[in-house]
Amino acid sequence: MKTCLVVDDSKVIRKVARHILETLNFTVSEAADGREALNHCMASPPDVVLLDWNMPVMNGMDFLRALRESALPGRPKVVFCTTENGMAHIRAAIEAGADEYVMKPFDRETLESKLQIVGLA
Amino acid sequence: MTAMTATAAATSSVSPKNMAVLTQLLEARTGQQIASYRSWRIDTALKPLMRDRGLATLDQLVSRLLGGHDLPLADQIVDALVNGETSFFREATVFDSILAAVTEVEAQGCRARIWSAGCSTGQEPLSLAMLFAERREETGAPIPEIVATDVSETALSRARAGRFSQFEVQRGLPIRRAMRWFEPEPQGDWIASSDLVRQVVFRPLNLVSPHWPPGRFDVILCRNVLLYLSAEGKAGVFSRLAAALKPDGLLVLGAGETVIGQTSAFEPSRRLRGFYELAVPVPGAK
Ligand SMILES: C[S@@+](CC[C@H](N)C(=O)[O-])C[C@H]1O[C@@H](n2cnc3c(N)ncnc32)[C@H](O)[C@@H]1O
Ligand SMILES: [Mg+2]
Repeated sequence: MKTCLVVDDSKVIRKVARHILETLNFTVSEAADGREALNHCMASPPDVVLLDWNMPVMNGMDFLRALRESALPGRPKVVFCTTENGMAHIRAAIEAGADEYVMKPFDRETLESKLQIVGLA
Repeated sequence: MTAMTATAAATSSVSPKNMAVLTQLLEARTGQQIASYRSWRIDTALKPLMRDRGLATLDQLVSRLLGGHDLPLADQIVDALVNGETSFFREATVFDSILAAVTEVEAQGCRARIWSAGCSTGQEPLSLAMLFAERREETGAPIPEIVATDVSETALSRARAGRFSQFEVQRGLPIRRAMRWFEPEPQGDWIASSDLVRQVVFRPLNLVSPHWPPGRFDVILCRNVLLYLSAEGKAGVFSRLAAALKPDGLLVLGAGETVIGQTSAFEPSRRLRGFYELAVPVPGAK
């Protein structure tokens, strides 16, 4: 089964995302900020990270840079999932190594479509 | 559960005779049949129109339609009832095959012509336009002529405007393509670049009427359009699609669709999976 790490400081969003991802046959784990997510990735790298931007402790962008600089074997796909919907943010995310970008609010179809695009659904 | 109860209650406010008026209007205009067991969909689809006219029930809507003083109403009902579901790069691998087919045509020195028949709000022809505009950037190869038609004027005017909601722009479209070909507006819609929209000629066309566009095409996409047509309706459209296809041309249907058992004009392509080509007439057969 494919694995997805959902990183978001909102418990509600994590729950909604988890529910959708499980119907898409993902095994889901959760992290509430970038630091927690990074620890999780070092211990057991997922196939894909669904990543919020604005979070306490370590935000999504800092997590992504750290992840891409790390010596992690394999290269987890990273799909941003954020309310930051401006072109400048999107461009910055792609330049930092994000594979896809979901603009909140999202639904099942959006997530499924973006995961298909990165080759995972 | 509550939703079902509410729907059942609302749907009961239409007599079978009035329901038939609506389904017959849709079929007369588009060939599309709605089975009566799906009548709850009619109610949901027409809710906005009822609200707009200040009407509470489908019976009242039909009275108004038959009253004959509300001229735009018939068109608006048809628009609301046709299924316009679509997305960018729907069944993405189809687009790779189209690219291959077009390259073959061009190897013979011709500019390819593609027809998106039943294009809805434009995602299908604009996906083609993106594909070939990107190819032009890489190789300089010209963009094929892309004609896109639909029976719904509402869908066509949305397509021409190239304006898509945040949900629509995320369905099937990789973010890099959204960045390359669309501009976000502060309110959340995304607008396709005029350079892209300009590559597509949008025209109204009813596939079940005898008036067809001039010219012949190398590739015709008619995906997820004919599903709810009667058997005769389908056979008629297939024979006219056959007449609009060049001898070596290809027809593309939706994932769940086939020509088998529907027409003798086409047969599955030997070149490309999921595509259809003109059937070779059996000598002596009629
Ligand atoms: C479900 S959409 C499919 C759009 C696109 N081809 C795709 O596969 O994503 C079907 C479209 O067919 C159009 N349509 C239905 N009956 C038609 C007819 N008789 N002539 C032309 N278009 C028709 C509808 O207006 C609608 O936009
Ligand atoms: Mg947040």
